[in-house]
Amino acid sequence: MKFSEEFEQRFAEMVPHYPTKRSALVPTLLYAQDEIGFLSDEVIAEIAVRLDLTELEVRNVISYYSMLTTQPRGKFNVQVCTNISCMVRGGEEILEHCSQNLGIGHKGTTPDGLFSLEEVECIGACSWAPAAQVNYDFHENLTPDKMDRVLEEYRKSGKQ
Amino acid sequence: MADVTFTVDGKKLTAAAGTLLIEACKSVGIEVPSFCYYPNLSLQGACRMCLVKVEKMPKLQTACTTVVSEGMVVVSDNEEVRQARKAMVEMLLGNHPLDCPVCDAGGECELQDMTFSYGAAESKFMEAKNHKDEQQWSPVVFFDRPRCILCYRCVRVCGEAMDVWALGVQNRGVNSIIAPNKEDHLECEECGMCIDICPVGALTSGAYRYKTRPWEMKHVGTICTHCGDGCKTTLGVRRSDTGLEIVRGDNRDKSGINGDFLCIKGRYAFDFANHEERLTEPLIRKNGTLTPSTWEEAFALIGKKFADVRDRDGGQAIGVIGSTRTTNEESYLLSKFARAVLKTNNIDHHRTADFPALAAALRAKPNATASMVDLFTAPAILLIGNDPTERHPLLAWQIRNNVRLHRARLYVINSQPIKLRRQSTGFFEIPSGAEGQVVEFLSGNDHAAGNLVPSGTGRDALFALRDKLRGEQNLVIIVDSEVRGAEIASLIKFGSAIPGAKFVCLADYANSRGAADMGLYPDLLPGYHSPTGHSQFHTDWGEVPQAAGLDLVAMIDRAKAGHLGAVYVVGSNPVGRLKIDPFAFSKAFVVVQDMFLTETAIMADVILPAANAYEKSGTFTNTCGDLQLLKKAGEVAGTKSDFEMIVRIADAMGFNVRKLVPFGGGTRADMGQSRGAQSGEADRHAVWLEARGLEPKLSPFDPMAILDEIQRLVPGYDVSHINLLAGNSQHTSLAGSGTGAAQRDQSIAPANDSLFSSGTLGRYSSTLKSVMESHQQKTTEAVAAD
Repeated sequence: MKFSEEFEQRFAEMVPHYPTKRSALVPTLLYAQDEIGFLSDEVIAEIAVRLDLTELEVRNVISYYSMLTTQPRGKFNVQVCTNISCMVRGGEEILEHCSQNLGIGHKGTTPDGLFSLEEVECIGACSWAPAAQVNYDFHENLTPDKMDRVLEEYRKSGKQ
Repeated sequence: MADVTFTVDGKKLTAAAGTLLIEACKSVGIEVPSFCYYPNLSLQGACRMCLVKVEKMPKLQTACTTVVSEGMVVVSDNEEVRQARKAMVEMLLGNHPLDCPVCDAGGECELQDMTFSYGAAESKFMEAKNHKDEQQWSPVVFFDRPRCILCYRCVRVCGEAMDVWALGVQNRGVNSIIAPNKEDHLECEECGMCIDICPVGALTSGAYRYKTRPWEMKHVGTICTHCGDGCKTTLGVRRSDTGLEIVRGDNRDKSGINGDFLCIKGRYAFDFANHEERLTEPLIRKNGTLTPSTWEEAFALIGKKFADVRDRDGGQAIGVIGSTRTTNEESYLLSKFARAVLKTNNIDHHRTADFPALAAALRAKPNATASMVDLFTAPAILLIGNDPTERHPLLAWQIRNNVRLHRARLYVINSQPIKLRRQSTGFFEIPSGAEGQVVEFLSGNDHAAGNLVPSGTGRDALFALRDKLRGEQNLVIIVDSEVRGAEIASLIKFGSAIPGAKFVCLADYANSRGAADMGLYPDLLPGYHSPTGHSQFHTDWGEVPQAAGLDLVAMIDRAKAGHLGAVYVVGSNPVGRLKIDPFAFSKAFVVVQDMFLTETAIMADVILPAANAYEKSGTFTNTCGDLQLLKKAGEVAGTKSDFEMIVRIADAMGFNVRKLVPFGGGTRADMGQSRGAQSGEADRHAVWLEARGLEPKLSPFDPMAILDEIQRLVPGYDVSHINLLAGNSQHTSLAGSGTGAAQRDQSIAPANDSLFSSGTLGRYSSTLKSVMESHQQKTTEAVAAD
């Protein structure tokens, strides 16, 4: 299993910051997921060896955090918040709209592998609700129309 | 640590600082309920059942994570506490199915008990239950997810205590589930500890599930018949067509030296007793074929033949092979029968450790052997050779948890990277078969270092290790059977320089130590006394042949030459286990006592169907020298104990059995009043008599009569009779033994059993077989996939 130079640098820098090796597990998983797209069996095995854990322990942590996934996701992971602030400002409609636009439901992925959709809890953008997060980018004060434009932008950039 | 004083329910209590409140309460008999708390495992604080009111704290506190402090005032049970606990039970029952009538745990379920105590049978939860079908994780472990209450006991016992880490928790919140390490199945040591520790019926045993209910069984705490560690196992027995069937083995009785522990063999491998090929009638070879016969005919024939050979050719024309799985009483009786009745010293057994050399080296050193309990408390342990995880699971458990809980220092010297190295402070790898050289080096022979490491840093490390060991105190030294003869003497020499050092020699079968202590040797009587000269045995047993007899190898040679007229094999399978020539004894009259038609039995002239260790009472001595009581659990009609068969053969030979078994003595109990104020008198009187070994022994088949003689004549066995009868282990000592023997013993052959095999017994255990097959299958699949 080979990771990029950048990953290796970050990993080497990070591990000594923690009192025990296993403490570096969550950031390591996040970096690996950002690089590979999801946490494959191969990635899990490699990280387990590096941090002196069993594969089961790594899987336990992955299953605990909803941001970590063992399944391949679309290039753009659309995460729509439906927590209180977003809900009262129409977050559920945004989710429903995305679902219709993309033709997929919660945790679904489009056949072209471009989009995944996810209903998520609070993403800390309550002041600009309703909000959604696509990969690491925020989109705020959404309306169905605005959401369509956002998705269209991604669709274009993804096909280039 | 300093003591602190605090109050619980108005009682003033004192406990060492650092004591958990739940433990402090338990020690004075105040029960605080809990699911997730388990002594000696890490704290979880998950179940919230142990909530108690602590004064000046705004909310209820979990007693399992609260440490007692000076002046603390605690209320363990009031309306507020009861309400909180009731709410917890109600929440658990929100998803827990109410299938108690079919659940294995029904009747011994902690959740059931709590529901009865706190009453939350009516639930306010209306949501549909989150159902999942049960899963089979291994041949012996089943998981019923909806029943799980997420106490995480199984996860912790598997990881922390067993060091297997095969169970984990996945997802979170209400969706949390216990997960096995290989997605849909377990890859583990199959110890079943997770099943034992599960407070509900979420984890159930493949060997027992849906067979019966706990209250329909009688539960008998006896000693496991597999490896040499001597765990207490609780056998659940139920009436069957053929007597009493053993349907379950578990660790319900936690009073044994094994505490919480039991391995796969102690838990599941009782099923050989119910095997369909079990012999249930005597067989006599007539015109070349083994023909069913009556016991009378069999005993008469054996008695006549044995007496004929003895009277015609003398005792030296008879050979006796004893067992490592019969009781001490049976081995002692066989030893006595061979000498006093057959007039021969030609007696041997499958040796798996050099106890005679150990006895010879320790005969003048009291308190020099470690008990199994010592291994859990010793500050430092040295292990030379062996892989206890595979061959001595309890010993491995004791060491592992001693390191974990008491920070003991473990030094491992081995030719393989054995699993226990993970607990060791120092692991030293040596060439295969060099254990003896290690001992020579430790005892001061620096030249031996050259055979262990070539030179350089490895050599320095070896010398550093020796210096470190020399600086230890109360070190327990454990050696594999590779260390024998003169090496044992060297070992004792090395250890004697360490203050408080104690020794353990590892032998492989359940009563290997007992067989050695009871004198199943051609040149040793019980207690390692020589047959030559005069000892107490010569006085008590009558005339005993003086010259040393033949060992197994010599017996085979003699038999092949046609000079052995009769061979008596009791509970042993030398053809199958020691690979001796099956036709070695074809010229002799061969009698075999066994449960099955083994490779040895099939060559016999008479086969007597024997009861196994789970079907009789008596005592076993484990490899450390801990003496423990066996209690009769199962029963198969048509079999007899080896004890009874030996006595009956002596009787058939015209020997006065009163001289063999000192029965008929003892004090007749005054049965006392059966009613009224003094109605318990008879019972109390019987206990008093038993405590002193004075209860009447009315039958020549009563092993307790022989136990009396063992306690009187075998050095080190004069332990507390009442403690033994109460089911406690009693450590025997080798101090005061006879002169023993210190030659290098070539006839020691390790059993080479793994965690999942157990000699001839293991072959007849369908559970062990199924586990072996499933592990082999997975290995093959893995190889094929690569």
